[in-house]
Amino acid sequence: MAAVSSRNQRFGRLVAILAIIAVTLVFLSPIYWIASTAFKPRNVATSVPPTVLFQPEVTPFVKLFTKRVQLKQPPTPEVYAAAPWWEKAIYDGGERILKVGNDVQLSQYPNRFLNSLIVSVVSTILAVGMGTITAYGFSRFRIKGEADLLFFILSTRMLPPVVVAIPMFLMYRSFDLTDTHLGLIILYTAFNLSFSVWLMKGFIDEIPKEYEEAALVDGYTRMQAFFKIVLPEAATGIAATAVFCFITAWNEYAFALIMTNRRAQTAPPFIPSQIGSGLPEWTVIAAGTVLFLLPVAIFTFLLRNHLLRGVTFGAIRK
Amino acid sequence: MAEIQLRDVQKHFGPVHVIRDMNLTVADREFVVLLGPSGCGKTTTLRAIAGLESIDSGDILIDGKPVQNLHASDRDIAFVFQLYALYPHLTVYENIAFPLRATGQSKAEVDKAVRTVAGAIGIIHLLKLRPSALSGGDMQRVAIGRALVRRPKALLMDEPIGSLDAKLREGMRVELKRLHLENGSTSIYVTHDQVEAMSLADRIVIMHDGILQQVGTPSEVYLRPANLFVAQFIGSPVMNVTEAKVTENAGETGLQIASENFAMPRELLGMLQQQGAESISLGVRPEGVLLSHDQQPGYRPVEAHLIQPFGPFDIVDLNVGGQTLRARTHTGFVRQPGEKLWARIDPAQAHFFDQKSGTSLGIRLT
Repeated sequence: MAAVSSRNQRFGRLVAILAIIAVTLVFLSPIYWIASTAFKPRNVATSVPPTVLFQPEVTPFVKLFTKRVQLKQPPTPEVYAAAPWWEKAIYDGGERILKVGNDVQLSQYPNRFLNSLIVSVVSTILAVGMGTITAYGFSRFRIKGEADLLFFILSTRMLPPVVVAIPMFLMYRSFDLTDTHLGLIILYTAFNLSFSVWLMKGFIDEIPKEYEEAALVDGYTRMQAFFKIVLPEAATGIAATAVFCFITAWNEYAFALIMTNRRAQTAPPFIPSQIGSGLPEWTVIAAGTVLFLLPVAIFTFLLRNHLLRGVTFGAIRK
Repeated sequence: MAEIQLRDVQKHFGPVHVIRDMNLTVADREFVVLLGPSGCGKTTTLRAIAGLESIDSGDILIDGKPVQNLHASDRDIAFVFQLYALYPHLTVYENIAFPLRATGQSKAEVDKAVRTVAGAIGIIHLLKLRPSALSGGDMQRVAIGRALVRRPKALLMDEPIGSLDAKLREGMRVELKRLHLENGSTSIYVTHDQVEAMSLADRIVIMHDGILQQVGTPSEVYLRPANLFVAQFIGSPVMNVTEAKVTENAGETGLQIASENFAMPRELLGMLQQQGAESISLGVRPEGVLLSHDQQPGYRPVEAHLIQPFGPFDIVDLNVGGQTLRARTHTGFVRQPGEKLWARIDPAQAHFFDQKSGTSLGIRLT
């Protein structure tokens, strides 16, 4: 009997592992596609049928970070010989890198990337911070109309944000908030706040209030108890909430496209629009996308332990 | 260390009146246990003293100073929670040091205080661990250490050993008593376990439905319960309470229970008339029901119908003319159910209550 059930278990395990591998492959294939395209020579990237084996090159990344123009005439052999390898690769593609004196002119990409970082990090900190404090209030104090207020907060997420894009744009224009970091930060904080309040309330509800009460009788104020006891206890929830908020802000496309065009433009609207003169340079777009994926991947990787506990936290009632 | 006083304290939770007209004085260095069934208001009372719960009216005084409007952090009181509430992200050392950190003492002072208290409760070897690595008993020791380290004015404990298993609970009970004797801290302790209450308390405060029922030493509440609630709440097995009628027949005073008439001293009648109670309930603990195998003067015939062996004694349910009386006997005194016996009610252990109000008539016979 025992042998049979253990054989069944082993079979079940095998099936589970195969299923996990299959699902993982499905999810990873677009990422593989974009990552491999980022290292393909330009003509290989668009070949039909797709090429699987190719000589990888980093030229797309060089193009991503530099300003270039079409060569009117090929460079002199001395100039070509004196150029570093990455500049040669550009000459080989029939372009040259724009320079001021000897300094390479950088493309807009680093700037847009930095914009994305600023807007996402600041809006995440604001949304998670305000969300945590609000959730704490809802969780610990008797508040009149608590259920209605919470529902009202949630209701801000009940319509697709794009619906309000035009009125938002008009409001932003009259407040001079278009194409500003502040404008996008306010927008993304507002997007994420309701989500953050609800998620954090769930986490804080799970922290026994005795911990704070112990701190209160031990001579701490409620504020001190919040910072010394509640925050460390809620770290898992805060990490999970922060990852979700960061991803939302980082990936947001529609409002970034509408509200910004130069100074405060973030990477999502920039990557597909700005690269390539004439035909879209798919390899460069792919290179920009791969780099764009990294911060979220790193952030999630760093918080992975918290995240795993976080997303299942509170799923089981004691 | 301090005296704690409650004056006319009232507290409502919505429509529920959880504390009614509470008046209580806990003397300096006294160990008082609040005892009662769940929902009787004992925990709320304790939390109100600590400042974790507000009160609607009345005064709470510590050392004569009203504190009901002070924050918990300003009352200089320590609280031990039922589930310990040790901070999971801090080590045992940091947990115990936590209350001291609020006072801004120097590192060396904190270290000395932590090690002293850890030594006193025998947890020096645990200081580097986190609470999750501790057993229930050790967690409780740490919680008590954290409460004592600051040398608070009073130590409040909310069922501190309620979630330990029975054996550990017994050990911790002894340890708590020892700690109290050593520290002499004014202590208020909440429990629903009468054994804990009896063994720990200098005085027991029995509560029911938010009302204080009786305050007294363990022997007072056991031997002279103020009303039926206290009589039946204290003592295990429970006191027999039955309707009874006092009779007088040819100069002999008796107590009629169902169809049987048990002899009582003559003065009972006069005492009852003085009290003017219309109908009375008799309360008698199992040890007050005396049994005999042979007929003796004053003994009435009864039949045993259930025997519970407890080890050092047996509890026997007796059928007295249709009513059940429990008696405590030597082990093996009654050999089998159905045995015919003779029983008497010891007048010195008989309690008389007004059947309507449930209050004791205060009659003591010899």
